[in-house]
Amino acid sequence: MRPLAWLRSVASALFHRSRVETEMDEELRSHIRSRADDLERTGLPRAEAERRARVEFGGVERFKEECREATGARAVEELAQDVRFGFRMLRKSPAFTAIAILILAVGIGANTALFSVVNGVLLNPLPFPHPDRLVAIYGTTPGVSAGPVSYLNFLDWQRETRAFSSLAIYRNQDYNYLATGAARRLSGYQISAGFFSTLGVRPVLGRAFTAADDRIGAAPVVILSGGFWQRQFGSSPGILGKSLNLNGASYTVVGVIPSTFTFYGQHHDVYTPIGQWTDSSFRDRRVDVSAHAIGRLKPGVTLAQAQADMEDVAHSLAVTYPMADNHSGVKLIAMKEDIVGGVRPFLVVLLASVGFLLLIACANVANLLLARSLGRAREFGVRVALGAGHMRVVRQLLTESFLLAGFGGALGLLLAYLGTRAALDLVPGTLPRARHISLDSHVLLFTLGISIVSGILFGLAPSLRASRANPQGILKESGRGSSGERHRLQGTFVALEVALAVVLLVGAGLMVRTLAALLRVSPGYNPDRAITFDLSLPDAAKATPAETRARLRLFDAKMRQVPGVEAVSVTLGSRPMIHDSSLPFWIEGQPKPANLQDMHQALFYLVEAGFEKAMGVKLLRGRFITAADNERGPVVIDIDTVFARTYFPHENPVGKYVNLAGFNVKAKIVGVVDHVRQWGPGPDPESAIEAQFDYPFMQLPDKLMPLAADAVAVVLRTRGDPTRVMASVRRAMAQIDPREVVYDVQTMNEVLADSYAARRFTMILLGVFAALALLLSCVGIYGVISCTVGRGTHEIGLRMALGAQRADVMRLVLGQGARMVLLGLAVGVVAALGLTRLMAGELFGVTPHDPATFAAVAFLLSLVALLACYIPARRATRVDPVVALRHE
Amino acid sequence: MTDRARLLPGTLDLLILKAVSLGPLHGYGILLRIGQISRKALLIEQGALYPALFRLVRQGLLKPSWGTSENNRRAKFYELTAAGRKRLREEADGWNRLAAAIAVALGARPEQI
Repeated sequence: MRPLAWLRSVASALFHRSRVETEMDEELRSHIRSRADDLERTGLPRAEAERRARVEFGGVERFKEECREATGARAVEELAQDVRFGFRMLRKSPAFTAIAILILAVGIGANTALFSVVNGVLLNPLPFPHPDRLVAIYGTTPGVSAGPVSYLNFLDWQRETRAFSSLAIYRNQDYNYLATGAARRLSGYQISAGFFSTLGVRPVLGRAFTAADDRIGAAPVVILSGGFWQRQFGSSPGILGKSLNLNGASYTVVGVIPSTFTFYGQHHDVYTPIGQWTDSSFRDRRVDVSAHAIGRLKPGVTLAQAQADMEDVAHSLAVTYPMADNHSGVKLIAMKEDIVGGVRPFLVVLLASVGFLLLIACANVANLLLARSLGRAREFGVRVALGAGHMRVVRQLLTESFLLAGFGGALGLLLAYLGTRAALDLVPGTLPRARHISLDSHVLLFTLGISIVSGILFGLAPSLRASRANPQGILKESGRGSSGERHRLQGTFVALEVALAVVLLVGAGLMVRTLAALLRVSPGYNPDRAITFDLSLPDAAKATPAETRARLRLFDAKMRQVPGVEAVSVTLGSRPMIHDSSLPFWIEGQPKPANLQDMHQALFYLVEAGFEKAMGVKLLRGRFITAADNERGPVVIDIDTVFARTYFPHENPVGKYVNLAGFNVKAKIVGVVDHVRQWGPGPDPESAIEAQFDYPFMQLPDKLMPLAADAVAVVLRTRGDPTRVMASVRRAMAQIDPREVVYDVQTMNEVLADSYAARRFTMILLGVFAALALLLSCVGIYGVISCTVGRGTHEIGLRMALGAQRADVMRLVLGQGARMVLLGLAVGVVAALGLTRLMAGELFGVTPHDPATFAAVAFLLSLVALLACYIPARRATRVDPVVALRHE
Repeated sequence: MTDRARLLPGTLDLLILKAVSLGPLHGYGILLRIGQISRKALLIEQGALYPALFRLVRQGLLKPSWGTSENNRRAKFYELTAAGRKRLREEADGWNRLAAAIAVALGARPEQI
């Protein structure tokens, strides 16, 4: 077909519709007149000739319709007609329309909201150039599959790698910032010179670090974050060249990076060159200073090739430095995977659940449409009788469905916009990259797509059914239609809704059981009324070990005087869910392993005597560390039950000795305490170090005391609300030294809650989805049973007139509901058995096939469904046979 | 009437193109011309002509224009476009080949097999 001719034909048909119509009229009239002229010439009277001509021509309207169709404009015209008519039909039944739109809006809104989360977190690329080339580089040692990287190894990697165009290393380093008398804690990173160029981030002002900055002895320089620059200096461009007092030293500002820059979801205030750090352990291959590496792959290099390349490099290092690197390896993880990999499973579970919710919503609306099509059966019968094709009726009904879906989608979008913000505000920090969540074009396309798909899903079955209507039957039956088939279809939809609701309820139930199990787990300490914070000390670098000890003792004494404080302990090393530190050791009496890698590892907690009460650890055997276990006394430790079980399986560990390699001391075990759930109440990470010991803070070797001089952590046990006591704590601190900074204040309950925040998020959302699913299913059951009862009034009346009792009627109606619900339950349970396996990783303390959950869900659903059936069933029993028989 | 042949599907378009190829015609004229050239052997329902005409216009095979008929009535005349002429040639060839083949097939006698 000539596209141009077609276009012209359609265009003229559409835009000059009236002209086309008049011309068509005129043309056909002209034909009939010409024919009449000819007939007249054969001798017929004019009137008879015209009549004959018209009869010969055939049905004018039919041919006109065919002509219109032939111009190609009819489809568009019919669509406009369908839309107009659809609007009219929806307006005619506002209650139906409102309910259908609301149901769809909930379904589509929930899907849109969750998709916007998935889109922002999982699908959108990282906001760096060529983000797929960015890789996180971890060191591996026996038992640690993705650990920190030592600086000297990093320098060797940087020199020897062939797969990466650049590598960078970084570590957390917070600073006390002294400006106009008051000290503030700044978050910071020490970074190697290539850090920003590896990521592809350019400073908005000044420059990034160069190799000349990144070495010992270079002038102290600092790069500011855009946010800090704005807050502290009002975005003044004059900041370049000014100096900042960080930890008592003066740093010159050389650059500012964009305020939009985040790294692993975090904003930091300041960046300093890592190469200037003089700490002796930093340049020791054996010591972990929590430094991590990133790299940018060369174009065309795959992750697997890079992994192989880095393994070669690590292997040559192991040969060169057998003491330190004998069993060390390298593990590469794509940076985005590293950031969001942890949340993918639960987002996928949620996305699947919310998809089920939409299916339920569609089934519900389909049932509403079916119920309504009953009232419109006559309308369709008349249409078909007047010559409307089946497809024409289907199209009309689908148009109405699409209108509903369109409105539902628009309202859903609004709900999603409000709901996403509310949900993210409710659980801050649960999701990485939460800032990237927005209703962008992908999300809008998704919403459009699911709206159209839902329109087809819920509109197709009812409209196909309506179009198959036999006009004779319908018109004769005065609008009753073949109700049997419709009931079967409605029953199927209800069963489907019940089945989907079962799956969602089981999912939600399993998450509730998981949370309950997590809350039941004893963390190994008492989190109630315990609070922890970090404390940094000014001018710490110059303090001698004795001065540091004296200051901490003063702090202890001062804290104990604060009203509301029951116990206090300064702590370092590990802290539950906040920080992990481990030491290699060997048991006295056993041969000393040749190198550090062959030694056992245990987490250590540097504690004071007050720790037992402040953290609430349970002493099971022997004694806890006391104030007498100080720098002058013999070194002692308390070990945990895992340590005792693992290394002293058949003997009493108290009184035994342990050699601590990193501290270079021999410690005597004086007691056994309960095991602390270091990684939260859930399952521990793979290859986690389980053995633990408590070590007296004051017995920290002198050479390590400078670590404690800079910053320590504190644990307090309070009498009342721990957050309320903090005000007094801060006042007391100001009396000791106004330059001391308290930061990262968290109650231990908050710390615990954070550890299962993602699971709680899943549970809340699944719970909401399941509740909505249950509600929608009940509406569906109620609607169908009501409908049946309404339709069956006549039959019920007849039965009662023939002697049926109310109980018989009740049984009849309930039986009908029970069949649907039981079918749905059966299908749902089977589906749930298969599907809950997908969320096994999110579960804790409960199997995916937990019989109790399944039983509870089945019971709850049956109960609620029974209620939904009971209300209309009761109405059925009230039927007055006389009225019912007169009905219709 | 019953001795007239009913049209095979698709042949109406061919007949219209043929009729119009002999000179511009209005709808009724096309009907008469087909009757004339088929020696009144073909039956065409009068109204059915028009959807076919509209279709051919849409396909760019016919070009309509308003004029005056021999009876002095305003009428819509159709003439063949270049594409229409080409189509007529192709369809006519195809039809002739088909007709010849069918005639041969139907003329087959037992001894020829």
